[in-house]
Amino acid sequence: MADAEEVEIKKKKWKRRPDPVVIYKKWCKTCNICIEMCPKNVFDTDRDGYPVVSRGLDCTQCTICWMHCPEFAITSNEK
Amino acid sequence: MAEQVSNVTHKYLRPKKTFPNVWCPGCGIGIAMGALIRAIDTLELDRNEVSIVSGIGCSARIPVYLDFNTLHTTHGRAIAFATGVKLGNPRLHVIVISGDGDLLAIGGNHFIHTARRNIDITCILINNYIYGMTGGQYSPTTPFAKNASTAPFGMVEQSFDPSDLAISSGATYVARGTVYHASQLSRLISQAIQHKGFSFVEVIANCHTQYGRLNREGSAVKMIQWQKECAVPVSTAAKMSPEELEGKFVIGKLHEVFRPEYVSEYQKTIDRFSREEKSDQQLQES
Ligand code: SF4
Ligand code: SF4
Ligand code: SF4
Repeated sequence: MADAEEVEIKKKKWKRRPDPVVIYKKWCKTCNICIEMCPKNVFDTDRDGYPVVSRGLDCTQCTICWMHCPEFAITSNEK
Repeated sequence: MAEQVSNVTHKYLRPKKTFPNVWCPGCGIGIAMGALIRAIDTLELDRNEVSIVSGIGCSARIPVYLDFNTLHTTHGRAIAFATGVKLGNPRLHVIVISGDGDLLAIGGNHFIHTARRNIDITCILINNYIYGMTGGQYSPTTPFAKNASTAPFGMVEQSFDPSDLAISSGATYVARGTVYHASQLSRLISQAIQHKGFSFVEVIANCHTQYGRLNREGSAVKMIQWQKECAVPVSTAAKMSPEELEGKFVIGKLHEVFRPEYVSEYQKTIDRFSREEKSDQQLQES
């Protein structure tokens, strides 16, 4: 990946990245497990306590949040 | 459900059930159920050849949501029903899901004798140290001096170590995992399903509503993080002294041996006698 051009293209793609994970709000019970366990601190809490993806660019798709969601409310957009 | 179903768990949930599930927000049972689904998915088992049996309790609600052959039975008798299912149709992968009160108190006798028989059943114990559904009574695994609604001044009895009990009763595969280590748990469960003989997986889960509240252990998140602090992998535990292991628990595969399995031994006996009968008949005919 030494090619500078390629890196530029990658960066552009990265910027257009949609939310890496999707929270299905109807099933979520606001237990905060995903918010606390995410190693990259991707989520913030909204006013009602639901997690929202705020720093999606940091997500590494480490699987931790959807493995630990007891309600199966998180799906990945990339895996 | 969400448009992009990339979460494998959704494939195995009963479409007609209303979600979210009945458990308290953040209950570890949901995480354990996810691990079980992932284990079955990685093994690529035919869902018609999986049978999930449970008794009564919070954890016994798991089969209600799962789209396999499921059986929701009476309190403590899940293993007895599972034995019948396995003997009736040995092709099935029979998985028993049970809580600590269900399996070790009310069904304690079924448990030790099924382990002794070494029948090819996978038993998953969701150990949250208390009877959750019925109101926080102490169970055989409630640790000494901890509170429960029937032990308001602290537990005065000693508790079981379920994995030790399984090993000494004759289970041929025994492992322990936690809901914090969910991916390892999923691996342990798939090993247990593949193992021929009685396999037992103890899952340390959090019940913050009953156990956590009575013992001031905090929210679901706090209890799950406590598991991380107290869990010691098997390899590290081998180098630690018993004093250092005080108050901790060992996770990973604890025990695996191979012994003759009950259903196949039973079949052998049946085959032997039907062969003898056949040769008798042939003798009479000639
Ligand atoms: S996949 Fe990992 S990094 Fe991405 S949001 Fe989930 S926990 Fe955070
Ligand atoms: S872990 Fe699941 S149920 Fe809990 S807050 Fe996150 S999305 Fe909601
Ligand atoms: S009572 Fe305890 S075990 Fe039962 S659903 Fe609530 S947290 Fe889970």
